[in-house]
Amino acid sequence: MRVAVLQFPGSNCDQDALWSLRDDLGYQAEYAWHESDSLDGFDAAFLPGGFTYGDYLRCGAIASQSPIVGALKAFAAEGRPVIGVCNGFQILCEAGLLPGALLLNASERFVCRTVTLKAVNRDSLWTRSAEGLIRVPVAHGEGRYVCEEGTLKELREANRVAFLYVNDMGEATEEANPNGSTGNVAGVLNQAGNVLGMMPHPERATRNLLGSSDGLVILRGLELVCSGYKTR
Amino acid sequence: MPKVRVYVTLKPSLLDSAGKTVAGSLDKLGFHEVKGARIGKLIELEVETADEGRIKEMCDRLLANPVIEDYRFEEVK
Repeated sequence: MRVAVLQFPGSNCDQDALWSLRDDLGYQAEYAWHESDSLDGFDAAFLPGGFTYGDYLRCGAIASQSPIVGALKAFAAEGRPVIGVCNGFQILCEAGLLPGALLLNASERFVCRTVTLKAVNRDSLWTRSAEGLIRVPVAHGEGRYVCEEGTLKELREANRVAFLYVNDMGEATEEANPNGSTGNVAGVLNQAGNVLGMMPHPERATRNLLGSSDGLVILRGLELVCSGYKTR
Repeated sequence: MPKVRVYVTLKPSLLDSAGKTVAGSLDKLGFHEVKGARIGKLIELEVETADEGRIKEMCDRLLANPVIEDYRFEEVK
């Protein structure tokens, strides 16, 4: 399993991603620079968090026009696994690989804390192993997921809501929602189920020393690809 | 050189949390007549030629996100 960690000017979770993929998951992980127009030789792609291009214009808007994102579109269309976390999620939405957009938190504040997630979809490679409640950190100012009402209905019907923000009882309450996301949505999948975008950081929860190792159940989904599991 | 002003605004149906904060701040300053504020962007482009179709394409491809924003533009004479 060779995973590309995409690097853009202003990425800042790229090292966290690389080290967790290498040290805690045992994958081969290499950086892929934004100016490159090829992802040849990679089996999966990770878009890390950060503030690409200073969040100018809109979060992820400029990065979504990079040559590497052009390559990523073809890569995703081939059914290869792609995960975008935080700013990576914003880039995937801006690139049109995922529906919706991320806006300033309803609280108007940067939120940095551990949240509880529940996987709604349970058959994508990313969510298949995500049983029960998952504790992972969020750290963002612009993480309020929005989409048109019809889109949310479509996502629900097509089982494309990957994760919800929930409380300790597994209920999607207002208190459990750190940013005011529509329908408590924390992560969504593309139609084929191989592209996942989420605001919380699974790569920051890959060993108990970090406070949680629950992120492993999401990132270990890549092992299913090694063993020939089809995305859907 | 012609100038084009592009105005990008958040769709009315979406909560503008930054605008809400500004409205609250104006209220605290005694401007109680303010019942709401919404913040948009003004992008001023210097262009060799102000071709409407080209400007529209710039808006659709980069300057605005149709999922969350509306836009309009005008040439500044």
